[in-house]
Amino acid sequence: MSTDDIATLPDHRLLSLLDESRMIIVCGPGGVGKTTTAAALGVLAATHFAKRVLVLTVDPARRLATALGLVALGNAEVPVHLDRARGTLTMAMIDTKSSWDDMVRRHAPDERTRDRVLENELYRTLTSRFVHSHDYVVTERLFEAREGGGYDLVVVDTPPSRSALSVLDAPRRMEQFFSSRLLKLLTAPTQSRLLSLASRPFFVVADRILGAAFLSDIAEFFTLFRTMEGPIVARSRRVGSLLAEESTKYAVVTSPEPVAMREAKFLVDELRRRNHRLAAVVANRLVPVRLGDGALKRAVGLEASLADPVGQLAPPERRRLEVLVACEREIAAISAQHGSAVQRIADWGALVVTGEDRGGDITDTASLLALGESLRTRVTTERQE
Amino acid sequence: MLTRRLVFVTGKGGVGKSAVAAALASVAAADGKRVLVCEMDDKGSLAAYLGREELQFVPTEISPNLFAMAMNTEDSLREYIRLFLRVPIIGSLTPLAKIFDFVANAAPAVKEILAVGKLCYEVRERHYDIVIVDAEASGHFVAQVSAPDALASLVRIGIVADQTKWMSDLLHDPHVSTVLAVVTPEEMPVVETLELRERLAKATPIDFAGVVINRMPAVIDDAGVADPTSVDSAPRSSEQSAISMSMSVCAWLAERRANAERYATQLADSFELSNVETLAEASPTEHAPSAITAHLSREVRRVLDGRE
Repeated sequence: MSTDDIATLPDHRLLSLLDESRMIIVCGPGGVGKTTTAAALGVLAATHFAKRVLVLTVDPARRLATALGLVALGNAEVPVHLDRARGTLTMAMIDTKSSWDDMVRRHAPDERTRDRVLENELYRTLTSRFVHSHDYVVTERLFEAREGGGYDLVVVDTPPSRSALSVLDAPRRMEQFFSSRLLKLLTAPTQSRLLSLASRPFFVVADRILGAAFLSDIAEFFTLFRTMEGPIVARSRRVGSLLAEESTKYAVVTSPEPVAMREAKFLVDELRRRNHRLAAVVANRLVPVRLGDGALKRAVGLEASLADPVGQLAPPERRRLEVLVACEREIAAISAQHGSAVQRIADWGALVVTGEDRGGDITDTASLLALGESLRTRVTTERQE
Repeated sequence: MLTRRLVFVTGKGGVGKSAVAAALASVAAADGKRVLVCEMDDKGSLAAYLGREELQFVPTEISPNLFAMAMNTEDSLREYIRLFLRVPIIGSLTPLAKIFDFVANAAPAVKEILAVGKLCYEVRERHYDIVIVDAEASGHFVAQVSAPDALASLVRIGIVADQTKWMSDLLHDPHVSTVLAVVTPEEMPVVETLELRERLAKATPIDFAGVVINRMPAVIDDAGVADPTSVDSAPRSSEQSAISMSMSVCAWLAERRANAERYATQLADSFELSNVETLAEASPTEHAPSAITAHLSREVRRVLDGRE
């Protein structure tokens, strides 16, 4: 398959999108090739522009990590070697636990608080098990990547489906958290807490459900955590405005499967509702155009040869033609389904980028580049507001 | 599989958990069982596969014997308070739920316990013969299903502490509860499934029934087709390029099948062979969600008949 890629030139609209962005946030349902697409965009940008590119990923496929020449992709930022690249590429994975620890180390007002937080049982459980804890960490890493001055373009691969939205909402939630009445209640001395009228319905239920001892554990943890309020809130605000910047673009990746598309459409709507700049929808894992185009016509031609009474077909030859017809019919049906899916995606009004199903093709950075260069934009009509 | 009373269907995002759960539920209901199928995340894909716009916390009867619901922790909390705490609830729970939501996020396993607790409750009360759960994706699933164990170690007193025991008992009983992992024959889903089994075994002693490979591409009979020398025998040379294109198509489909087989083999090698079942990919014309459910129901039936 890869022999066809030699002549491929990258899509110029996609290149200008990469050129004018400082951050690209890639969202999408699970299983559509989101991480691979993010990595391919990173390789494409670093190859064609003299930019320092960082790809932040949540959970890279092992083979993808190997393809990028990465042995162990921990929390550290790892440079990726690219042949004949104008820029540089760095890859990093976000490990929730160690990112939280780093954050506490950075923001704790003193060593004693730092150690008490790090050793707190609830903190440990929270950071290793609590699903949303990941979102805050991504926020922190985005801040580092953008404000550290080390990168010109940051491509962010988000967790699947709507978890991506909770990452985007994390800065705002963090701010609300610190200003919430609940936090004030929880961290108030027990005496005044019991006296507070507003807390009563909550504590009646909470005490009965969880037991008072657990509640005081929670209170202790939050009291410690509050000491880091200043720097964490300041950062959350900054990331919140980074996410809304002109140069921050969003891309939604989807496959042509109806259920994946439904989820992708939800993400598109939610991004728009948040006024984020949706730069493109990537319709990924499509049957290659060169195979799908004219498949039906070829099937009909082959069927004509089969029906030809003049040329006496030898049984093996007949069998061979029958197999080819079946394959062409199959590819024509898949291709038709994918074609109508792409058409529906075009109706969402964003720039559509098509990506082909490349099977087990990603083996090295060259194949990632080939993948990036095979992405094609499609002109669509402007969205009707 | 369908003799258990609580079946969790999990797997990486995008592998078709909801479709397989919908198919299993349909088959069980067709066998005369009273079935509850429950979607745990709020994506609404289970609803789509059951041909509905959306599902509620209160089960809807989809077809005779087949009931479907969507988990909602606020509703579950409301029911829990009503059933177990006997605290009267007047009007809206919203202010309380807001606070609760907050603490639930902060206090690990509380949200999970309300979700799993509701399922266990339905099993314990025997409202249904079988509860099939369209569970969270592998990562979140482990936290969810091991929530009673985790909470038991964090909260030693209070009502929750008493409540976790019976839930754990139900979940740990291999005659009652089991986990089924759905996987597609691709790299990441396979890797994640292998990791899931390990992580699950570490977190909780729940039974692991096995793996279902979903969307297995059809076998391509490419004997002799991919051999380039055979092009010479094409009747007219003008057709040669078309024939060679057709051969590329055939080779592409064959490679897709070969890749899938490679991952299927890797799975079979890693699990005991009898615990891996394969469901064929739906034909391209059967891409609507309800058509996929119908196709998978036939596939599930074929597999179950084969096992007898």
